Amino acid sequence: MSEVPSMDEATSAAQGASSLVIDIRGATKVFNPGKSNQVEALGEIDLSVGPGEFITLIGPSGCGKSTLLRLVASLIPPSAGTVQVNGKPAEQARLDRDYGMAFQTAGLFDWRSVTKNIELPLELMGWSRGARRRRVAEMLEMVKLSEFANHHPSELSGGMQQRVAIARALSFSPSLLLMDEPFGALDEMTREHMQDELLRIWEETETTVVFVTHSIPEAVYLSTRAIVMSPRPGGIASIIDVDLGDRNASTRDDPAFFTKVTEVRTALRKVEE
Amino acid sequence: MPNTDTMAAADDPLVREHRIKQQAAQEQRRDTVVRVVRQTVTFVVFLGLLAGLYTGYKAFGQSIGDAQHDWAVVGSVLPRTDDLNMPPVGEIFGQFGETPGGQDRIYAHILFDEAVFTLREAFAGFLVGLVIGMAIALALAQWRRLEQGLLPYVIASQTIPLIAIAPIIVIWGRKNFDVFPWEWQDWMSVSVIATYLTFFPVAVNGLRGLQSPRPENQELMESYAANWFQTLWRLRLPASLPYLFAALKIAATASIVGAIVGEISAGVEGGLGRRILREAFNYTTGPDRLFASVLGAAVLGIFVFLVVTAVERLVVGHQTQESTT
Repeated sequence: MSEVPSMDEATSAAQGASSLVIDIRGATKVFNPGKSNQVEALGEIDLSVGPGEFITLIGPSGCGKSTLLRLVASLIPPSAGTVQVNGKPAEQARLDRDYGMAFQTAGLFDWRSVTKNIELPLELMGWSRGARRRRVAEMLEMVKLSEFANHHPSELSGGMQQRVAIARALSFSPSLLLMDEPFGALDEMTREHMQDELLRIWEETETTVVFVTHSIPEAVYLSTRAIVMSPRPGGIASIIDVDLGDRNASTRDDPAFFTKVTEVRTALRKVEE
Repeated sequence: MPNTDTMAAADDPLVREHRIKQQAAQEQRRDTVVRVVRQTVTFVVFLGLLAGLYTGYKAFGQSIGDAQHDWAVVGSVLPRTDDLNMPPVGEIFGQFGETPGGQDRIYAHILFDEAVFTLREAFAGFLVGLVIGMAIALALAQWRRLEQGLLPYVIASQTIPLIAIAPIIVIWGRKNFDVFPWEWQDWMSVSVIATYLTFFPVAVNGLRGLQSPRPENQELMESYAANWFQTLWRLRLPASLPYLFAALKIAATASIVGAIVGEISAGVEGGLGRRILREAFNYTTGPDRLFASVLGAAVLGIFVFLVVTAVERLVVGHQTQESTT
């Protein structure tokens, strides 16, 4: 784990700097600077993510993984350093709607039907009604909820709500999908099912994914790279490459899977000492 | 592509879970009908019990001669039971069918027409109060410092007794409100009083409602680069509706109270306030008419409450609480 920087450089070099989806250089985040409740949430972060990667951010609470995700989303500005998305400042990428986002709570609007929920970003982008309806039909098919188009969120189970949230995040075909513990509130069986669904969608859409989690098996199962983060201040402790190939039910019993789980767990133990 | 594509929807565990939930929802809808019927029956039975209690107490007081015996509270602490103090239930309801002298309509018809008049005043005031209340809520939600500065005064405004401000508004209306392009009429003053009672619950609950969206919903709108108005229109206003309707139920009945008190203060003819005042004046010759007119006012209050409840069902039927995940 000592050669973290070189691993990082190797990945970014392979992709070529211009085609990076995310390029973070020396980004820090201090909340309430200069006040008594000042918190250094993130130390200097360097991270590059290439197209089509599936990155998970994993670490103990307070390690700044959600903060890092919000820097990329430009929901909060960095205190220092730069965050670039698709080769432009994160702020511009947000204004250009380059990414979709999903949260731990599905965050659907209760007063809108499933269809209207998925349509929301398209409405804001001024799509015509016909175009919206066509796209929603495609998205519903993708998340296998076509027959629930006119249901309201309160009529759906938690897993189904989360699928609607994913459809909403991907409805305008962003090149990047940012997910903040999206399956954290689901039971274990639903969670594993949703992970398979997400992998299928990731392959179909060729979207780049950044996924925050605190589940080790989830991080290993999903990602192409797992970023292990350390707290106080938040930083990247190690980056673990994962290559499990095509994943299916048997992958979870695969020795290679367990090896990676152990590797991530060991890295996390070191962080928490 | 992964094998899941070929999976039939019925085998999907999530869909199966959904079917169970859907069935429960269907049963719930059936329960709703049962509930409405049960509530109506309960209400009617409750009214009957109340009338029975009233009649029973009256009969008891009459039989013992009110405070003459050991039951000293009857007719002293509790009201006297003679027909002047407690007209018989049958006569009160009988009044609705009577035609008062010099009138061509039965009393129920007269009350109905007057209730419509009062309802108009109240509704005008209610609408203006809704707009002002929401404007205040929006301003307070937008500028937090304003909330600290203005909210105490909004609350304080409600501690001034209505009886005190009603005549002031009426006099101001007659003398000062000539800035408006239309001629100010007394019923408008009555509406202003209704507004005064309406805007407060709307402002307070509207503020809570506008602030109710979860942080991640706010972030979601930000992630879409939505502007202030889009966020208001698509997120904060709809999210505020359940809170708003809770306020509107209070505001609707309060607007009726405001209109009735306002009519009495303003001396506006044609509404229930004036009617109640007149029947109180003529109490000795017709106590049952005052009771009947007060019942009419109560029915009007219940009516507006039910109307708001029905509109609420239509508008926010799906929006019970925060979506559970």
